[in-house]
Parts: sequence; C-alpha cells; structure tokens
Amino acid sequence: MTISIRSVEKQFARYPALRGVSLEVQPGELLALLGPSGSGKTTLLRIIAGLEFPEAGQVAFDDQDVTFASAAARKVGFVFQQYALFRHMTVAKNIAFGLDVRKAKDRPARAEINRRVEELLGLVELGGLGGRYPAQLSGGQRQRVALARALAVSPQVLLLDEPFGALDATVRKSLRKELRRIHNATGVTTIFVTHDQEEALDLADRVAILNQGSIEQVGTPQEVYEQPASAFVCSFVGETNRFDGAVSGGRFVCGSVSLAVDCADGPKTAFVRPHDLVVAPDGFEAQIVRVTAQGPVIQIEAQTASDQPIEISLARQDAGSIAVGLTLRLAARKIHLFDPAD
Amino acid sequence: MSPRSSTQDPWWVRALVLSLVAVFLGLILVLPLVSVFAEALRQGLGPALEAMSTPDATASIKLTLLTAAVAVPFNIVFGVAAAWAVAKHEFWGKSLLISLIDVPFSVSPVVAGLIYVLIFGSHGWFGSWLIDHNIKIIFAVPGIMLATLFVTFPFVARELIPLMQEQGVDEEEAAASMGAGGWMTLWRVTTPNIRWGLLYGVLLCNARAMGEFGAVSVVSGHIRGLTNTMPLHVEILYNEYDFVGAFSVAALLCLLSILTLILKGLLEMLQPQVRRAGR
Repeated sequence: MTISIRSVEKQFARYPALRGVSLEVQPGELLALLGPSGSGKTTLLRIIAGLEFPEAGQVAFDDQDVTFASAAARKVGFVFQQYALFRHMTVAKNIAFGLDVRKAKDRPARAEINRRVEELLGLVELGGLGGRYPAQLSGGQRQRVALARALAVSPQVLLLDEPFGALDATVRKSLRKELRRIHNATGVTTIFVTHDQEEALDLADRVAILNQGSIEQVGTPQEVYEQPASAFVCSFVGETNRFDGAVSGGRFVCGSVSLAVDCADGPKTAFVRPHDLVVAPDGFEAQIVRVTAQGPVIQIEAQTASDQPIEISLARQDAGSIAVGLTLRLAARKIHLFDPAD
Repeated sequence: MSPRSSTQDPWWVRALVLSLVAVFLGLILVLPLVSVFAEALRQGLGPALEAMSTPDATASIKLTLLTAAVAVPFNIVFGVAAAWAVAKHEFWGKSLLISLIDVPFSVSPVVAGLIYVLIFGSHGWFGSWLIDHNIKIIFAVPGIMLATLFVTFPFVARELIPLMQEQGVDEEEAAASMGAGGWMTLWRVTTPNIRWGLLYGVLLCNARAMGEFGAVSVVSGHIRGLTNTMPLHVEILYNEYDFVGAFSVAALLCLLSILTLILKGLLEMLQPQVRRAGR
C-alpha cells in the first residue's frame, strides 16, 4: 500500500512540530524516519497511525483520504516505544487482542485465533511463552510480543516508534536483523522512527531525515550518506569534519586548512568524512593527538595548524608511520560544500 | 563507609523499631477494637444479640446498609469516570475539577450537612417548592443519602487518578490502534489495570459510607426507626446509658468493616497472577 503524506502541518501549544511535510512511502517498503529528538519524527508517525491529527495537509492510504480517520479504521499495526503491552493479559491474550475485539460477525473462530497466535509466536521466535505475563519477560521478548501483537490484525502498514530504543546494544543488533527478516517474510509496508543513524542506514530501504519539523532529504542509505542534500543531513548522518570558511579561486580555505574545490567563490561550509581524508605530500598539516587502531582501520584524532580538531580514518596499509606528535599532510578525496546558512 | 542494607541493622535497632510499631498498633488499633467487643459482651452474648435485634436497631442497620449500597455504586461510576477524564484527557477546567473533587476532604462534614439543610430544608432555597410538591429531603432518607454521597465523593476518584496518570495512555492507544472502540478499551484495558486501586477505593468509600456521623447527623433528624443510621443509633443508646446496646451495635459496625477487609483478601487470593504482574 502506498502512503502519501501531503503538506502536513502540526502545532503543539505554540511551537510547530511539523511544517509542511510531504512524503511518499512505496508498497512493501521499509522506511526510516530519522532525526534528532524534537524533530517531529514521532509526531509524523502518530499522524500516519491516526493517534494524532494534523492541522493542515492530507494523509492518504493508496488513494483513500484517511487524514481524519480513527486509528481503529486505518488497519495499522503500531509498536510503541515502551511496548504498551497489556500488563494484565498473557502474551497470547495480548497478541489475540486485535482479533478478540472485533465484532462477532468479523471475528475469527476461537481455534482460528489460537492458530494465528501460535503462528505469530513462531514468527517472532517466542514459541511456548504464550502463557507468560509481560512482567515475566525480558525487554527483548516484550519487544517481540509487541511486534507480534501489531502484526496479528494483518495490518496494511506497520509503524514502529523507536523500536529498539529501550534495549541494550547486543539485543538491539539481533532484533534489527529480526525486524528485517519479519519484514521480508510479511512484506508489509513498514515505517520506523529512530534517532540512531546507524540503525536507520543499516535497516531501512529508504531514510527520511527530519530536522525541526521538516524533511531535509529522502533517499536510500547510500544516497543520504554520499550525496547529503543539506549541511544538517551531512553532519547528522555519519561521522564528519566540519570547516566554516570561504572559497576563493578554486580553493576552500578555513584557517590553515586549504582544499582544492570546484565551486564559485563565496563563504561556504565544508564537510569531509574521516575516511575521505588521505595522506598527500602537498596537503594541509595536522598534528596527531591520539591514535586508536582497531582492525583494518586506524582512527586518528589530530589538530590542524589553526587548532581545529579533526578526525581521520586511514586504512592500515595506507597509513605509513603513525604516532602521537607526528605531523601528517592531508588532502580530501571528497568534499561536501554547503552555503553557510545553517 | 560501606553502604548497609536494612537487614544488616544491629538487632537492638530492629527490636526497638518493631516494639514501637507493636505498641502503637496495640494502643491505637487493637485495644479499642477489643474493648468494643468486650463491652458488648459484658453481660454475655444474649443481651448483645437482643440489643442488635430491637426494631430500632434493625431499622438503623437496614438504613446504613442501604446508604452504603447507594453511595458505593454511585462513587464507582463517578470515580472511574472522573479519574478517566482527568488522567487520560486534556480539557479546559481540568484543574478546577480536581479541586472540586477534593472539596469534601477539606470541608467539615458538619458544614456539608448544614449546606444541605440550607438548600433543601423547610426554610431553605428550595424549601417551599419541596413542601408544595410533598417531597421530603431533610430529616428523611434522601438527605442522608445526599450527605453520605457528599462525604464519600473523593474516595474512588482520588485513589484512581494517580494510578491512572502513572499508567499513561499507551495501552489505550495500543488498543485503539488494534481496532478497539472506546467502550471496549475502557472495559478490557483500562478497568482491569485499575481494579485493585478501584477495590481499595471502594473499601474506603464503603467504610466511610457506613461510618459517617457528622454530616448525616445534621440532616437526619434522629427519628428512631426511620432516619437513624448505625453510628447515630450508637450515640443515642450511649447517651441513654444503654452501654451494652451501644457497644453491641458498635461491634456489629466493626464486624461489617472487618468483613469487607476479608472480602478484599479473598478477591486478591483468587487473582494470584495479578500480584505476579506487579499490581
């Protein structure tokens, strides 16, 4: 199912949460809404779910306008940040809830509901735990129950709010794979909210990056990483070194940093990824402050002659001799230039 | 200094704290309870039972039970509705509603009774209209009901509001996103989560409804066999130096309270998984 969001606006008290957001989500897609806290990503998700309603704009599922349809009418599965499992019901009852509350004529037979619950427990690898109560489960297990419960009603859309936010790092990693697997198995259009760029890039087919209530860029993980549309996207997605300077006669200059660019003159902000910095005999100077060698990549913290701290990632074989106190000469393989508006 | 858990306190601290608790409990709770029953049974079980079964006493028992039977369901409905509105929704005048719910806690029950006399009494605002239509509220059963409702008003709501606020609206939103309507959500998600708080509120409400003296005393008129509740009947008997009678009715009132406590215990035992689940 295609989800179309057209110029949606939402205001909370006096500050705007969403300012004219438009987004098209393709059928079967796994899309991440990525942004810092307060960027409006959760609000957008709740508007898609029908838990909030916009002041202006339109939400459409396929060609049907659902802007003011209730959450119940939209047939969406929603996984809450704190899971919101019904604490007085067993796992099986939780998962069956969406089917149990249907009107008698639409409700599957008890045996059919039980079969569906078992099937979902199997899908999220919780077979045999149907009789437990939420309080008896670990965080990761609760997350799986929440996912199974949301899928029980065979939703047209699955929405997840910070699905891995409350979990520790190892569980988070394995559940990420799990979500991908379940997405592939069910093929349901899925949107999840996250503030973790690594999570978004790792898991999503496409990423929508929000900042201060607006979408800055929508694209595949590779696109937003390699061709960031704004200074915000460039600094939010992935590690980067920022230089505020100016371009003059084909060179970008910021203090002692000088880089060859192909761009008209004027004040600019330049971003260079740590792995886009390379050792070059005619490059700018930077003195090594700290070296972390993990695996094939060496992470270097250094300081330019004009005292700006920078980060460099060098492949071990390209690094040559590296030690704290040494001075490197560096050039940039790739530079992202933006007007210094932000 | 290494941190010490309470279980590592020296024995004499534990002994001191425990005996302090025991002494206070004994003096303030156990001793009066025991003495009520001791006084009631001073001349044996026979006179005590006789005092409880006089027509005036049985009338007061019936009236007290009837009052509680009206006040408790009303407060369940109002309390759940008010708590639900306050805890799960935002609306204009919310803080005013919360303050209003607290009024019966802050106003003396005697004043509450007097207010009803002022409004519904024969010289009150609606007095002449009520007399014209032959409706008796003050010095009659409806007045007792009103006064009892007033003083028991906050119990259920006050018990539920913090509980429901703490639980938030996540589960309700989850239910809505799975297609449950408002009633379905209230019945299957909200109410089960608050049942123990609700039960506790009902117990408090019931105890107060049966035991209220001040407000009921003002509007009752103390007509024996008609408008005397059990607490009022105890006072009348006591003032007439019928100590066995007074303490017998008082003992029965105590028994009713103990009975509700036992009921609560039984209900909790029947639902073991709830304690496992945390509430």
